Amino acid sequence: MTSEASIANQIESGIVEEHNEEANSKFGFWVFLLSESVIFLSFFAGYIVYKTTSTDWLPAGVEGLDTRDPAINTVVLISSSFVIYVAERFLHDKRLWGFRFFLLATMLMGSYFLYGQAVEWRGLEFGLTSGLYGATFYLLTGFHGLHVMTGVLLQTIMFFRSFIPGNYDKSSFGVDATSLFWHFVDVIWIILYGLIYVWQ
Amino acid sequence: MANLSVEALDGNRAQPYPGAPDNWKRFFSFSTDHKVIGIQYIVTSFIFFLVGGLFAMIIRGELITPEANLVDRTIYNAMFTMHGSVMLFLWTFPVLVGLANYLVPLMIGARDMAFPRLNAAAFWMVPVVGVLMMGSFFVPGGPSQSGWWAYPPVSLQNPTGNLINGQVLWLLAVAISGVSSIMGAVNFVTTIFKMRAPGMTFFRMPAFVWTVLAAQLIQLFGLPALTAGAVMLLLDIVAGTSFFRPENGGNPVLYQHFFWFYSHPAVYVIVLPVFGIFSELFPVYARKPLFGYRVVAVSSLIITGLSGIVWVHHMYASGTPGWMRMLFMFTTMSISVPTGIKVFAWVATAFGGKLRLDTPMLFAMAGVVNFVFAGITGIMLGSVPVDIHVNNTYFVVGHFHYVVYGTVVFGIYAAIYHWFPKMTGRMYYEGLGKVHFWLTWLGTTLNFLPMHPAGLMGMPRRVASYDPEFAFWNVLASLGGFLLGLSTLPFILNMVSSWIQGEKAGNNPWRAIGLEWLISSPPPVENFEHLPIVIAEPYGYGKDEPLVSNLAELAESPG
Repeated sequence: MTSEASIANQIESGIVEEHNEEANSKFGFWVFLLSESVIFLSFFAGYIVYKTTSTDWLPAGVEGLDTRDPAINTVVLISSSFVIYVAERFLHDKRLWGFRFFLLATMLMGSYFLYGQAVEWRGLEFGLTSGLYGATFYLLTGFHGLHVMTGVLLQTIMFFRSFIPGNYDKSSFGVDATSLFWHFVDVIWIILYGLIYVWQ
Repeated sequence: MANLSVEALDGNRAQPYPGAPDNWKRFFSFSTDHKVIGIQYIVTSFIFFLVGGLFAMIIRGELITPEANLVDRTIYNAMFTMHGSVMLFLWTFPVLVGLANYLVPLMIGARDMAFPRLNAAAFWMVPVVGVLMMGSFFVPGGPSQSGWWAYPPVSLQNPTGNLINGQVLWLLAVAISGVSSIMGAVNFVTTIFKMRAPGMTFFRMPAFVWTVLAAQLIQLFGLPALTAGAVMLLLDIVAGTSFFRPENGGNPVLYQHFFWFYSHPAVYVIVLPVFGIFSELFPVYARKPLFGYRVVAVSSLIITGLSGIVWVHHMYASGTPGWMRMLFMFTTMSISVPTGIKVFAWVATAFGGKLRLDTPMLFAMAGVVNFVFAGITGIMLGSVPVDIHVNNTYFVVGHFHYVVYGTVVFGIYAAIYHWFPKMTGRMYYEGLGKVHFWLTWLGTTLNFLPMHPAGLMGMPRRVASYDPEFAFWNVLASLGGFLLGLSTLPFILNMVSSWIQGEKAGNNPWRAIGLEWLISSPPPVENFEHLPIVIAEPYGYGKDEPLVSNLAELAESPG
């Protein structure tokens, strides 16, 4: 074998290893999230246009939104991003019970957020059909809520998968993706909170 | 003796194991082989091309006389809506995804796409989209009648009052098509970034791969905007919101922004891979390297970038403020720079080359000529004064049919003929191919050229009846339309009979340079037993340099 061919073979084996599915999946998931963020950007753009151009923005009898409870909700959701990161580190160190504990904590915090959102929706005096104000409010919070629900669902799956022996030995891509998705949902919420609650 | 051993090899290949390159049943299975999925895409979408063509011929049949006397006006509205929707969502998008699916892994030296199961799932959504679109003919009130734009407030009308109506099914179909496209785009981008063979740097990728990358990036950033608009439109129809309902304070123009932010770049999603096909074919049939390969490659990405800032040129007449018109006129015209680079590169590639006028090259050259024509009318339409004058006339219809038929369909035909020997291992009949080309060329010219004078005289689009002064041009266009319908027959005959009993083509009938031509036809499952080690730029025609360093290893791979 010539030296050139042997070098080439080495390159080839290196590349094949690099082509493992986990690296591809991670890259693909990032690409997907970037694309998904454009849907939110479009909704945000629509919201800004409506808010700045609409002649009758607030429905009759509506003063605005209460910001105290949503602020608590926000704090819970944002801190859950750190909690899931801790869970990820525990999994990285192969300490499964720590991973389960912190993942469960994340799930509870996410569920609390959804509960808080439901309570807020129940107490509002305007609905989906109450002009552009109601429509955009429920569209934005609802679409984001769906993502939170998806995130909690993914975390539940990852939680139960940790009880399958050796499930995360080879690859923790599922958990990494779930965690990344959760951070994504958080960042979107921060922008959303600013647009809907802060900018009134 | 030599003959005998070749036959024995063929006998081996024909063993009916699932997924064997000769087992036809694999085309009807949930196969994860990118080559099978590619052909599934191409054949499925071609069937819908015929369906969409049928709708077009009904339209042209109605327009052959100035009076509306062939079909009911509601059916006419449904026809032009479904013609556009089928041709875009079920023909041009999927057929090009199919070609890219087949070719990209081969061209970059990968064994499959990055996510084979995702790939198969994305394909099987296309038949679902088709069923929903066709199913809308059977719901009360018939299919959507609001054109493929589905502009509110027209699309918000629901005369029958049914929840499941043509417009809702249409939105559902478009949404599923969007999910499928996003899945495909994630797959392509990951494949191109992560699965290239050793030595296959970005500037050694064939131009087709560059254009697929550029096109799929557009899907990723553009499609979600349409999804957002479609969600809001759907809520307006089924949940009583008023995002786009002007009578309740909604803003219908905002829908146009959402729609065109994706749907103008969508034109580049379908035309970019066709540019790639031209860039692949010209060097092969002119026996010269692609002129300015690197610039051609990068110009695709420039088109991707510019495509995101031109959409308002569809809305010059939608109450758009003057400064916005000026801005988008400028960006729109600047698109002609990267496309012009490509056209000049193709011409320079052909110039002084040893031209072989086989069917693929005929289609490619005619496609470039048609594209130049479409580009010139495109510049005219991009300029505000002309656009205001011809807005919503047949001039626009003529312009974009020169793009989507004259350029895109010609490019697709060229690609199918060119890679047919690779996909099937057999050669098509050149005579039938030439008949097909001349019929298609004549039909295209006759159908779409007369639309320009009719439009300049003021004939509006989407009407079933018109002033008799436009009759002459419409008769010509209708004859061209029927000729285009006829032109598919020699093509179908050619493809079917050649696949069954065409001459064996060998691995590289065109003496083309490219990874896909180094392996057997059709390529084996997993393509490359030994991954190729790429050591040169593509298109080394007339240069004495090998493309890969392990040619012997590749050639001895069992086919």
